[in-house]
Amino acid sequence: MIQVIAFYLFSSIVIAAAAMVIFSRNPVHSVLWLIVAFFNAAGLMVLVGAEFIAMLLVIVYVGAVAVLFLFVVMMLDIDFAELRAGFMKNLPLGILLAIVLVCELILGLGAYQAGKVELGTPDGKAAITDQVPNIEAMGQLLYTKYVFLFEAAGLILLVAMIGAIVLTHRKTFSQRRQNIGQQVRRRPEESIRNEQPEVGQGVEI
Amino acid sequence: MIGIEHYLVVSSILFVMGVLGIFLNRKNVIIILMAIELILLAVNINLVAFSAFLGDLTGQIFAMFVLTVAAGEAAIGLAILMIYFRGRGTIAVDDVNRMKG
Repeated sequence: MIQVIAFYLFSSIVIAAAAMVIFSRNPVHSVLWLIVAFFNAAGLMVLVGAEFIAMLLVIVYVGAVAVLFLFVVMMLDIDFAELRAGFMKNLPLGILLAIVLVCELILGLGAYQAGKVELGTPDGKAAITDQVPNIEAMGQLLYTKYVFLFEAAGLILLVAMIGAIVLTHRKTFSQRRQNIGQQVRRRPEESIRNEQPEVGQGVEI
Repeated sequence: MIGIEHYLVVSSILFVMGVLGIFLNRKNVIIILMAIELILLAVNINLVAFSAFLGDLTGQIFAMFVLTVAAGEAAIGLAILMIYFRGRGTIAVDDVNRMKG
């Protein structure tokens, strides 16, 4: 019974938070609602026993991605009201499209329940057991059968990191260095000037 | 009792929320990126639910890979957003025609 209550609580908060993410006027509020959605999705995953993914969701999404979003939203100086100009114009068609999509998806689910389509035939190598904890079982699978995919995931993260640094790095920083040769070459006649200003006049610098 | 259908309905509603977010906020690229995150979250819920209900751990492994790609995508997307903002002073992306080729 408690699982049912928890499921409905988490799932309703997830959906409400997702709605607030896309309908909220202020992008900062959107990011905060996104964090709420991630937390509750992590709760949903804990309910089916996927603790590792749930913790990963909290650590990676809430701890890194959402904070990155928050940084960028607060760093950019944008008039967000102007960006919402087409919102009301797109709303009727968007809602219609969303209703059609969700009806189709739920129709598909009904067909899946009714039919005899065999979705997934586990070969038993990756069966979930109660003997080992979730994290241990995932580690055993990840470092044996999926080790190359795991390394490829690391490479993807490396490429993303290098790409982000290369894209946002400003080259003008390095031009403000001390140029010793230029300093030594400097002569008094090109840096000092004698002026005799009139009374009440300034000096042109 | 809670079956897999419940999870699939939640994840499909979340997915459609993401699509609707892209559709409605066509100018604001930050909201578009957040909507993509919502879509990937829906995919993750789907993978984890199937993994749990079919008794196979592979779905959770793939949810982890989806998470990796989502993190990389967010980093690159926000970096592109930063240089776009630096160049144009706005992030309205409905008329991006600078990248013509």
